[in-house]
Amino acid sequence: MEVVRGQKWDRPGLAPGALDRHFFEAAARGSLLIQRCAACGHRQFYPRQLCTACAGEPVWETASGQGLVHTFTIVRQNGMPPFKDLLPYAVAMIELDEGVRMMGNVTGCPVDQVKIGLRVEAYAVECEPGLAVPFWRPA
Amino acid sequence: MIVGIGLSDAPRAPHLDTLGHHVQSIQRALADAGIEKRAIDGYLCAGMEGGAAEVVAMAEYLGIDHRYVDGTMTGGSSFEFHVQHAAAAIRDGLCDTVLVSYGSDFLSRRGRTLGTGGFRVGRVSGPDLYQAPFGLSLVGGYALVAQRHRHEFGTTSEQLAEIAVGVREFAALNPGAMYREPIAVADVLASRVIADPLHLLDCCVVSDGGGAFIMTTAERARDLRRKPVRVLGAAGAQTHWNITQMPDYTTSAGAKCIPEAFARAGVRPSEVDTLQFYDSFTITVLVMLEDAGFCKKGEGGAWVQQGHLRRGGRHPLNTDGGGLSALHSGMRGIFLICEAVRQLRGEGGAAQVPDAKLALAVGSGGWLSCIGAVVLGRD
Repeated sequence: MEVVRGQKWDRPGLAPGALDRHFFEAAARGSLLIQRCAACGHRQFYPRQLCTACAGEPVWETASGQGLVHTFTIVRQNGMPPFKDLLPYAVAMIELDEGVRMMGNVTGCPVDQVKIGLRVEAYAVECEPGLAVPFWRPA
Repeated sequence: MIVGIGLSDAPRAPHLDTLGHHVQSIQRALADAGIEKRAIDGYLCAGMEGGAAEVVAMAEYLGIDHRYVDGTMTGGSSFEFHVQHAAAAIRDGLCDTVLVSYGSDFLSRRGRTLGTGGFRVGRVSGPDLYQAPFGLSLVGGYALVAQRHRHEFGTTSEQLAEIAVGVREFAALNPGAMYREPIAVADVLASRVIADPLHLLDCCVVSDGGGAFIMTTAERARDLRRKPVRVLGAAGAQTHWNITQMPDYTTSAGAKCIPEAFARAGVRPSEVDTLQFYDSFTITVLVMLEDAGFCKKGEGGAWVQQGHLRRGGRHPLNTDGGGLSALHSGMRGIFLICEAVRQLRGEGGAAQVPDAKLALAVGSGGWLSCIGAVVLGRD
């Protein structure tokens, strides 16, 4: 996925532990990671130290970065900076082609064009050197 | 058996802090039951800011010498889980007389920021890493559910609004309710959209308030001054905690635990005389009604439009005016139990459901995450 660098990041900062750090570091290199269980094949997100299906060992897998809007909302009131200056904006659950879901903002189109079933692709925004957060835009 | 209930001053109580709400509710519940404080040998509580040791810190403050203690924190449904746990503990002889309490000064201390203030600022870790950067408000979390329900089943804003309108009818009868002016479906639709598709009047109030109730054995209940209310069945379940992890955005854990509570009670949905459902948002009620089996999944919108939940309907909902109009200080589950007890004692005043024998209280904690169901009956 494309990585956007040099933008000001005033959203909540990240304090990831080792496992989570791997995800955000990969995103900063352009890879969107999910987990797949080495034992049973179950895919999951967010990353965990065990497979939620069988308690087995999850391994990292690079996702396609493509998915569909599974559900969404347009946030029209939020008093917390910096979000109060971004209103209205779309927050969606994206169902990846691999089957797992991630939350993210759908950008790059007017909010009234965001619909369930909209095909979207991931891009990453660097939030601090070496760490990036995935966002979504119409594919 | 539930033998005493108490509510603190609400919905606006600038003279009370969180502890003050606990204390006042407890004093009123003890007086209501006619029980002396020293008889309490089990204590349960939950709150939003007390931390992991809240229940034992509270037990110290209150001076409760307990044999059974439980601080299960599932969000707003904590107190339905507490009923389940306390009933089991009493049945098993771990304790005889249990106090459950809650207090919150949310409105006076923080204002109306809970739903739209965002969750936190500063650096985040754990599962928050995958949601906090995107600015989802608390209202927005429930909007994700409403939007998906609308997509799959054609549920309309008018149908959701019907829930708010019916609950407001009961609020008009409650002098302690925050909002009492009657509203129509058109008023809900005309109120501003907070997070599509949820309007302002699809959302609960933010208030101050606390509550407490006391449970004891059937034997002790016989000697007390109030008509006891029997816990016929209780069950709880969880599908997720964070809204990002909800497995099916149209179904809650209520689909598992509400039928279980009914089965334990030997009761069918059609027999229940009043519903006390966690109405943080109109969609919260709609999803849990379907999960409870009052209608099939997806048919909740049409079902509520048939008027079952209204005053005079078969299953009047939230007879105190609910969280939508009367009282919601952050974790409303305790008020569901207190109001169900009031109805089953026949003390509902103008909002009394005639000859109410059976009540169903269903709490939702988190983001439709942890559901607790309690079937209560007049003894």
